[in-house]
Amino acid sequence: MSIRLELETVAARAAGALSRAVGRGGGTTLPGKLLWKVDPAAVDALSSRLGAGVALVSATNGKTTTTSMVAEILGARHELAWNRAGANLMSGVASALVAARRGADFGLFEVDEGALPEALERTRPSAVLLGNLFRDQLDRYGELEIVAERWRAATARLPESTTLVVNADDPVVADLASGRSRVLRFGLDDPRYARSGLQHAADSKYCVRCGTPYAFAAAYVGHLGDYTCPSCGHARPPLDVAARDVELQGLVSSRFRISAPQGELEVRLALPGLYNVYNAVAAASLSLAVGASLEDVRAGLERFNAAFGRFERIATDGKSVVLLLVKNPAGANEVVRTLETGVPPVLVIALNDAIADGQDVSWIWDVDFEPLLDRVGHVLATGRRAAELGLRLVYGGLPQDRLEVVPSLEEALDRGLGLVDAGVELVVLPTYTAMLELRAILAERGAVRPYWEEARR
Amino acid sequence: MRIRVGHLYPDYLNIYADRGNIAVLSRRAALRGHELEVSAIGHGQPLDPGAFDLLYVGGGQDREQALIAPDLVTKGNAIREAQERGVAMLAVCGGYQLLGRGYRAGDGSVLPGAGLFAHETVAGETRMIGDVLLECELDPGEKRLLAGFENHAGRTLLDPGATALGRVVHGFGNDGKSGLEGCRLGSAVGTYLHGPLLPRNPWLADWLLSRALAHATGGAPPVLAELPDTLETEAFRVSAERARRRGGRR
Repeated sequence: MSIRLELETVAARAAGALSRAVGRGGGTTLPGKLLWKVDPAAVDALSSRLGAGVALVSATNGKTTTTSMVAEILGARHELAWNRAGANLMSGVASALVAARRGADFGLFEVDEGALPEALERTRPSAVLLGNLFRDQLDRYGELEIVAERWRAATARLPESTTLVVNADDPVVADLASGRSRVLRFGLDDPRYARSGLQHAADSKYCVRCGTPYAFAAAYVGHLGDYTCPSCGHARPPLDVAARDVELQGLVSSRFRISAPQGELEVRLALPGLYNVYNAVAAASLSLAVGASLEDVRAGLERFNAAFGRFERIATDGKSVVLLLVKNPAGANEVVRTLETGVPPVLVIALNDAIADGQDVSWIWDVDFEPLLDRVGHVLATGRRAAELGLRLVYGGLPQDRLEVVPSLEEALDRGLGLVDAGVELVVLPTYTAMLELRAILAERGAVRPYWEEARR
Repeated sequence: MRIRVGHLYPDYLNIYADRGNIAVLSRRAALRGHELEVSAIGHGQPLDPGAFDLLYVGGGQDREQALIAPDLVTKGNAIREAQERGVAMLAVCGGYQLLGRGYRAGDGSVLPGAGLFAHETVAGETRMIGDVLLECELDPGEKRLLAGFENHAGRTLLDPGATALGRVVHGFGNDGKSGLEGCRLGSAVGTYLHGPLLPRNPWLADWLLSRALAHATGGAPPVLAELPDTLETEAFRVSAERARRRGGRR
């Protein structure tokens, strides 16, 4: 390591510690922000020191969970440089590199969709996992097609030695791997869990080649599924790694079988929902692509229990709160589907509109909340845009006498806890900053550790 | 009374929660004892200018807009005829652009529009994104505020003599310069504001319903019964406050 790089990383680490010491939150991105500003090429140099290579993960939905699963799998054999707290811009990658232990030999980074091209260029990964593209916070990311175009240009520049691990069920993402030699394609193969039709907010439903609407033999999550273009024949490619025989167990867990070139694997996952089956098969594929064994994959997935705030059970005052992050229509629709099997008596939905949530809150109208609304006992709409959310629910058919609009997150949390009986979980669906605030409130009560402590576990 | 709504290309143009606008029209009609009958008008389906009391065109991503634009041009005559008959219309974002003469892209190519509104849209270098607050005067002497969210790269330039929907109080508006937003032609309204627009601006929903009822009955626009609108007022207040604080800033 050059003396300059050495000095820069030491200074950056010190800044992170200082940020925590003065109580300015986690300091998870400050060291990287500094380093990134002073010397962006330091990311290239620090990445190249990781002897076993670097893997990147990007997607609209599931980045943090999928990356955490991969970390659980690869952690058995590698010392990881990993952006565990989900800071996924280049500064977050830089921070993880700075904070990595001396012996770190493998880099594992989740990367924001917009930051992917730069991350590919600087970290020169041996494998890249591309999970899915959904419409997401259009005020921040722009239209799906703009992100897709950047990904096309960036992946076209990758050397042939890089393995692309792509979701075959997403036509736009799968197409990025066409014509490449080192490719692993994963997907879901269990038509019993197909939705009856495409949902309102389904995105890439027109053929990437000719623009004709796809015919879907099965649509699993949003537009992800088994598609064929009736006009030009463009279709889902054969799956190298597939999840089959899925059994979803309510808000608790799931079981499924993974078929891979290396063999078959029965997995029990301590996470609910079909979207987490997608995350698991994606994580399995990337891990296999970088040399993990089937047994590593099984053991890692079975050990795994949730990335922070994505699906978290927190005990407080003898009651239990379940946080399920919602941030865009496709993700929220899957959370709704997971809740449908056992509609909770009390539901808290928290809508903030900071930059990290999306300042444009129109996405809540693209979410199909309706299956819950005639069965849920009581809904608390909270957060800075509580009234807007309340309108969405009322116009969606929720009787007004079952709705309470309580903008203060803390008041809504307490009201919710007061309404649920002992032994019943309070289900909370927060947007990103609402999730952070709720965790902070619970941390203050001693119910949960702050996320940066967790991240340094 | 039955109010017949034609929703143009709901499969393609639905990016900024357009179904929220339809849900608001539907519920507010029902609360006054009217029934909204919504029909989808898809790609390749003919549009009968006499068959609807209200037409709705939403926004789409660029790819979807390009896929339906040629079809929309073929419906141009029917749309203009419907407007002349007094059919109420709401066009949002991409739909608003496509009801003009056309969209000129960065490379000079032109995507022709339906030619209802007297405007042309030119691609800009940057996107204009953020909360917006407008002051409108749809009926003489009645000034009302509209709060929404805009996200567009196109600069829409109104022809001299064309009427804007409103004056920008906070935000960018049609082109970020003129201080004007949207376009209004009789009972037809086009705007960049989504969010969606109508839940937090119920007065505009009622204005459109009243115009649609006038078309349905052949009479004057009726005055609709007041609704409590408590949540609507609060949602408007927060949205307007956002526009004051952060509109037109990027």
